[in-house]
Amino acid sequence: MPEEAPEGAPGAEAEVVVTVTDLAARFGGRTIFQHVSFEVRRGEVFVILGGSGCGKSTLLKHMIGLYPPAEGRVEIMGEHVAALAGAARRALLRRIGVMWQSGALFGSLTLAENVGVPLEEHTALPAEARALVARAKLGLVGLGDAAERLPAEISGGMAKRAGIARAMALDPPILFLDEPSAGLDPITSAGLDRLIRQLARELGTTFVVVTHELQSILAIGDRCIMLDKEAKGMIAEGDPRQLRETSENPVVRAFFRREAME
Amino acid sequence: MTAVADGRVEAPPPRPSPAGRGGRPRPTPPAGEGRGGTAPPALAFSGALDAAAVARLWPDSMRRAAEAPRPLAIDLSGVTALDTAGAVMLLRLEHLGGADTRIEGLAPDSALAAVLDRTRRALATPSAPPPRRLPWLGQLGGATLARGRDALGSFAFLGEAVIAGAGVTLRPRRLRLLELFRHLDEAGLRAFPLTLLLGVLFGLILAFQSSIPMRQFGAEVFIPNLVGISLLRELGPLMAAVVLAGRTGSAYAAELGTMTVNEEIDALRIMGIDPVAWLVLPRVLAAMLVMPVLALVMSLAGLAGMAGVMGSLGFPLVAVLNQLQGAVGLGDMMGGLFKAAMFGLAIGLVGCRSGLGAGRGPRAVGDAATAAVVGGIVGIVVLDGIFAVLFFRLGW
Repeated sequence: MPEEAPEGAPGAEAEVVVTVTDLAARFGGRTIFQHVSFEVRRGEVFVILGGSGCGKSTLLKHMIGLYPPAEGRVEIMGEHVAALAGAARRALLRRIGVMWQSGALFGSLTLAENVGVPLEEHTALPAEARALVARAKLGLVGLGDAAERLPAEISGGMAKRAGIARAMALDPPILFLDEPSAGLDPITSAGLDRLIRQLARELGTTFVVVTHELQSILAIGDRCIMLDKEAKGMIAEGDPRQLRETSENPVVRAFFRREAME
Repeated sequence: MTAVADGRVEAPPPRPSPAGRGGRPRPTPPAGEGRGGTAPPALAFSGALDAAAVARLWPDSMRRAAEAPRPLAIDLSGVTALDTAGAVMLLRLEHLGGADTRIEGLAPDSALAAVLDRTRRALATPSAPPPRRLPWLGQLGGATLARGRDALGSFAFLGEAVIAGAGVTLRPRRLRLLELFRHLDEAGLRAFPLTLLLGVLFGLILAFQSSIPMRQFGAEVFIPNLVGISLLRELGPLMAAVVLAGRTGSAYAAELGTMTVNEEIDALRIMGIDPVAWLVLPRVLAAMLVMPVLALVMSLAGLAGMAGVMGSLGFPLVAVLNQLQGAVGLGDMMGGLFKAAMFGLAIGLVGCRSGLGAGRGPRAVGDAATAAVVGGIVGIVVLDGIFAVLFFRLGW
């Protein structure tokens, strides 16, 4: 039975907040992907999907400006990411949040302190306000009672949720999530999917999510692109549910039907 | 946007257009009478109530809320945007005002009301109770017990190492020779340049420093005696051991600590492989074997540095060698090399024990490396003291 499209998906008229144009990534002469172009609209959950090693996380790191593109450009809210430096880059970084695959929480800080790091760095809020905002963010992801725990004392799913709380600390309009469901049990994974949908609907936050978890893609994605290792680039773009039903591309069909390729 | 409360109750300001305000705080003029006969709000906000605005308004708003008459009323009719920081400030003000605080001017179904409600729900999650702190005597007892357990663990590790060593002695083929050679290369060959450099500098410094008092008595010719005995018996092995502790002991701890954190040690145990025989023995043996060589290199390089200084003071190399031959015997050198081997054994054991005893989390590896260096240096100094007493008693 086909899954229903997530509630509250923005229409085609919604403002474009991320533009990727003819992007290519190369390391040591090896091309990871090339000719990648797409747009992300305000308020949508945009999924970057594909098999292992196709360059999903590399694309995400290009989008947030960690890697300079070999070709092409990435614009976030009209700003050319790779060309920004100094105060302009800092201003852009304040408007995006990133959740890393491992959570990337600072091991020597409690969860509340982890969430407080961007608040301390980017705002002049008094300590009491920072502590309350950190608690509110942790409460939002269901970790209100774990605020004083260290990352070593929590599970993988909690670390991912804490990573989301830290990414949301400054109420950024765009959140980038790298493999939010990887390595999680189905119940925790479904809980995380629900949280992402809820945040997108309630906060109007734009999500760019890298994942290869089929269930998650269908549960949260408004639109998606699919990367392929062999093609070294994009092989599909659109509504993931429609792609599953109608795509003629054998790799896309195999991916959505969980079939082994010959 | 501003908090409007100057010690007396005021009505909310006239609501300007958001575009005209630009989201910036601005003083609000007093507006005379309140509305509709009810008590006018003591606090009124307008514009964008975001983190930047909250940072400016927080202290003043808290003070005004504490001083305002009850019931406290907060007017938000002029607020155009609200983020989590703004919501947190409003909720804090509401808490300060008590149960009968009124928040006015917010449409129930508006986006701003949703932000406030969501933050209220998020903050309503009960916090975990703070960890129970023991009184100082309890903390002292806890720390003593932890040290005791740690010491017991160290003894147990020493026992395991002895058993593993005995096992390898009985069946030498069980020793991982390739691993041993790798560690001999890492701890020995690669440490030669540093050891040579430090040795030459050390001999040079010793010779120069001792020449100052010796010159007063016209006894500069005896500098080789002093430096030779110091280096071969004591300082060569000791300095080489400090280099090994800093360079190799910490590396052992970091490597084994990372393996512990990554559950590789557990995997070895589950495969029926003794981690002490598999990982510790090659490292300890390598440290024990390279230490005499490093100590010798350090001592010889020191003597070369000393000879250079003697040359600059006008003493030919033959004279320096003659003095050395008369002052330093084979026993001095062998005693130093034996101590060096024991220092290597201690550094290897301390480094491996620190790594295998690493805790969880990213800090564990750093802590293990620190413990290896500190423990290694303390260990070699204690051993040196024991050897000093022993050699004195034996008349060596």
